[in-house]
Amino acid sequence: MTSGRGLTLLFSPRGALRFWQRNAFIFRRIFPESVAVNFLEPVIYLLAMGFGIGAYISTIGGLPYLTFVATGLVATAAMFGATFECTYNAYVQMYYEKAYDGVITTPLTVEDVVVGEIFWGATRSMLYGTVFLAAIAAFGTVRSPLALLIPPLFLLSGLMFSVIAMTFTAVNPSIDYYTFYFALFITPMFMFSGIFFPLDALPAWVGTAAWLTPLSHVVNLARALALGTLARSHAVDLAWILVVTGVLFPFPVVLMRRRLIK
Amino acid sequence: MSDAVITAKGLVKRYGDLVAVDGIEFEVRRGECFGFLGPNGAGKTTAMKMIYCVLPPTAGELSVLGRDVRTSPREIKARMGVVTQENTLDTALSVRENLLIFARYFDIPWRVAHLRADELLDFVGLTDRARDKVEYLSGGMRRRLMVARALVSQPELMILDEPTTGLDPQARHLTWEKLRQLKRTGVTQILTTHYMEEAAALCDRLVIMDRGGIVAEGAPSDLVRRHVGRQVVELRGVGQGPGGREALSRALEASGEEVQVHEAHDDLLLLYAQDGEETLRRIREQGVVAEAVTLRHATLEDVFLKLTGRMLRD
Repeated sequence: MTSGRGLTLLFSPRGALRFWQRNAFIFRRIFPESVAVNFLEPVIYLLAMGFGIGAYISTIGGLPYLTFVATGLVATAAMFGATFECTYNAYVQMYYEKAYDGVITTPLTVEDVVVGEIFWGATRSMLYGTVFLAAIAAFGTVRSPLALLIPPLFLLSGLMFSVIAMTFTAVNPSIDYYTFYFALFITPMFMFSGIFFPLDALPAWVGTAAWLTPLSHVVNLARALALGTLARSHAVDLAWILVVTGVLFPFPVVLMRRRLIK
Repeated sequence: MSDAVITAKGLVKRYGDLVAVDGIEFEVRRGECFGFLGPNGAGKTTAMKMIYCVLPPTAGELSVLGRDVRTSPREIKARMGVVTQENTLDTALSVRENLLIFARYFDIPWRVAHLRADELLDFVGLTDRARDKVEYLSGGMRRRLMVARALVSQPELMILDEPTTGLDPQARHLTWEKLRQLKRTGVTQILTTHYMEEAAALCDRLVIMDRGGIVAEGAPSDLVRRHVGRQVVELRGVGQGPGGREALSRALEASGEEVQVHEAHDDLLLLYAQDGEETLRRIREQGVVAEAVTLRHATLEDVFLKLTGRMLRD
């Protein structure tokens, strides 16, 4: 894909597709188990949150607590799908199994591998999120056909979470540091993105801080689509995700090249 | 020269202050097996990585299969098979799947990939392990699978970075046999190795690298003749006294030809000679006192140790 100096595309779409296909090929084998687990996990959450806490809190903003939690929680399934793929999974393949070192001796480049991995993370995100969505729909928490737009939303948000995770992976000195990534980034986001309680009940700065996190926007959109309460403000959420994904996209690609090619 | 598969001129790779490859020049001809020998850290693998286009050169020219590594890495890599120093197999995949997925990186259609996978598994003797996960393979089997995988695109040029390091003698000989078969089909091979007998058995020509540079180049037998001679007399435990070194000097003066003396270490003297029997006779004549005297053929290992010394490198 070289078209002269300075105009070289960072990656070849075909190369990235080939690496994506490799991941899909491997995943195929664990697909049934993977789906089963991803179906079971939300059910456990919903039983605990919805029926446990829901016994004390009947409604939030006019919604049954179960419905409120379920329609927010669905976004985290998508977040975790991409995050695990582009943190631990990618790291093990890259640094322990040296799989990437083999791939880049073929026509594929480091850039193809990174982009393929990011898109695979997004795909897993969509798969897991969709399974979760089916699970909560079985609890009667999905109220609008707009929910059909949630899988494509997860493909997009999965791309965002993959890009963020892959950027961290590209600079992560040791697999042990993922603890920090989860403890300081993923978990706080999980708690303060309006999944378990609405943020407008909290001091204003909490809402501002939450606005800066990627997950809150995905939660807003997923909930609005599931409940059919889409409003103009959600365009901001969508724009936020698009802009952040687009701006951050080159970082893992460039940083990974710097790391693998010395 | 149009026959050259690889041409390197003034090739340099620097990491900050460290010069890993220091302005080397070499040319690899079509159809030959070309070796890179050298102690650890000599720059062999760095040179390989530049050839297979995953490391950009700091300076100099490097053309592979008629193309510049800086501008056409994808095109070059599409026509090349690489066995990296470390195994880079997909442990999540089976033996056969490793070949199939690799074939896809070269855009080989699935149908063709299946055919080639079966052929290659047969070629490296892994047909009955086809469905096993890679993690259950022995070291020798993994290495053979690496060779098979590198062949899946039917490359014109093969890079083998220490293909037999860590293998037992049986596995090593089997790998050599496969590489010889491959050469007969016209595939150009580049090989790095620590094993002199491997280089002597496989390489048509080779270079010896040390500290980033090339210290010798030629056919194995020529190198031996040029740098060492035909035969080697090994003397162990020669004392400094009149019956030892002094008697030896007299013996060497008496022998008609020029004999090079190489002090391998305190206890071992190597005498490089064209006519070892003559040298041996003179040594006996002068009554040189030694613990052990051995006459043997000169090998590539003598050349290697003579040129790169006996100091440990890492």
